[in-house]
Amino acid sequence: MTPQELSEKLKTKFGKAVIEVKINGVLNPYVKVFPAKLKDVAFFLRDDADLQFDYLMCLSGIDYGKGTLGVVYHLFSMSKRHKITVKVEVPVDKPEVPSVTEVWHSANWHEREAYDLVGIVFTGHPDLRRILCPDDYPGHPLRKDFKVPEFYQGMKVPY
Amino acid sequence: MPETLTAPLKTSTGRLLRTEEMVINMGPQHPSTHGVLRLELVVEGEIVVDVIPHIGYLHRCFEKHAEHMTNYQQVIPYCDRMDYLASMNMDWGYALAVEKLLGLQVPERVEYIRVIMGELQRIASHLIALGTYGLDVGAFTPFLFCFRDREGILDLFETTCGARLLYNYIWVGGVSHDLPPGFVEKAKAFCKYFRPNIKELNDLLTYNEIFIKRTANIGVLPADVAIAYGCSGPMLRGSGVNFDLRRDDPYSIYDRFNWEVQVGKGEMGTVGDCWDRYMVRVREMEQSLNIIEQALEQIPTEGDVQSAVPKKIRPPVGDVYVRSESPRGEIGFYIISDGSTSPYRVKARSPAFVNLSVLPEISKGYMIADMIAIVGSVDIVLGEVDR
Repeated sequence: MTPQELSEKLKTKFGKAVIEVKINGVLNPYVKVFPAKLKDVAFFLRDDADLQFDYLMCLSGIDYGKGTLGVVYHLFSMSKRHKITVKVEVPVDKPEVPSVTEVWHSANWHEREAYDLVGIVFTGHPDLRRILCPDDYPGHPLRKDFKVPEFYQGMKVPY
Repeated sequence: MPETLTAPLKTSTGRLLRTEEMVINMGPQHPSTHGVLRLELVVEGEIVVDVIPHIGYLHRCFEKHAEHMTNYQQVIPYCDRMDYLASMNMDWGYALAVEKLLGLQVPERVEYIRVIMGELQRIASHLIALGTYGLDVGAFTPFLFCFRDREGILDLFETTCGARLLYNYIWVGGVSHDLPPGFVEKAKAFCKYFRPNIKELNDLLTYNEIFIKRTANIGVLPADVAIAYGCSGPMLRGSGVNFDLRRDDPYSIYDRFNWEVQVGKGEMGTVGDCWDRYMVRVREMEQSLNIIEQALEQIPTEGDVQSAVPKKIRPPVGDVYVRSESPRGEIGFYIISDGSTSPYRVKARSPAFVNLSVLPEISKGYMIADMIAIVGSVDIVLGEVDR
């Protein structure tokens, strides 16, 4: 299925939940959806007989700056061999995105990583703990406004 | 009585322990975890009831470093250090992503050099995986044999770029050095020397009765679970899924060579057990030899390997996700460019990180000793898990 047909299908099914579709002029065609509808869209993408996106290649948390955080999902279908990128954006003061761990199990650790490094809270995640940084680490290092703390647990950070 | 003794005991995920259960930490310093990985095991006697992996001991902020470089080429040495057993493939994955952003075509000779290096690296990486796996389950000699053969590959790398482990060899648009005189002959001689050694390894370890008893029917990973957890590489193919990015999402020039994707067939037990994952790696080494031999025959003799290396890398605004097949599976780089000379965001999707997340799923109900066989069969490199 081409990205064109796919986005048409999503638009007819979800209507206003789809904010933006971009197919031409980008390297990976993407669909931008409202975070509130993300889980429905994810289930649809996985379970629809024509789509069958059963493989979550990558999930990235991003700080776009200017008070916007985002999550980007790169999906692939093992049986149909097609790809699509799904993007959501949330404001930095309420960075809540529904978890898709139920849909793709591989999202579990990816979401923990995005929570740890970018500070996106995935609602409904079964086990949202920090994964790479220590449990008591202050802040989220991949935020653009992150400053390396001078001291960590009373120890001087050596640079 | 202090309160800590009366409070109910919990795991770090908040699971309450029953009276019969006990928590044992395997790692961070444990020889079978291949680095600093801590597994929190909930055991009932010898039976593993639950596993909670704790990672991050080797976290070096690759992604933060990448954002703070002054240009795109400077990120490559950090890619080297992600998967330090397969640095060539890491560099290659990153270079592919930046080249896609730039719309850059690399010269023919460079493509061949990259394929040869990438496949040699795959053999070297698999040799470590297989050798240490034997060591994990109690066979010492194959480990020495594997390291002996890996030396041959490292010598080839050393003659080419001077380094034996962290190469910084594959650059955006080219490679750092052309092949030295006599490389093709030496590489051919290595292939000729190494091919019989695979049979030797099979006789020594693969079909060894004790080894089969330790690995067959252990850590069975069904195909649908493997896909749901995003497993890739030998983990996925060991479960019988016929999928290899080199063939199914082709990049570089892999479509020019004759080779076959190897999958687990459940010869010694169930499809997707530890033995299958092990065997996929053994067979992939043969396939890599086939690719290398064909590439050495076809490689153009002339050509400047740095003719396409850009003086200044300034990709247009945009983002790209590019994936390629490393020895451990799908290494993907998601790069966002804001039009400046350094990346706005680099996310590395490392195969071992995703493969390791399936560990709790495949190890419940086995013995503690089997845990070691299962962790070994996942073939993790903590440098890449933690980045």
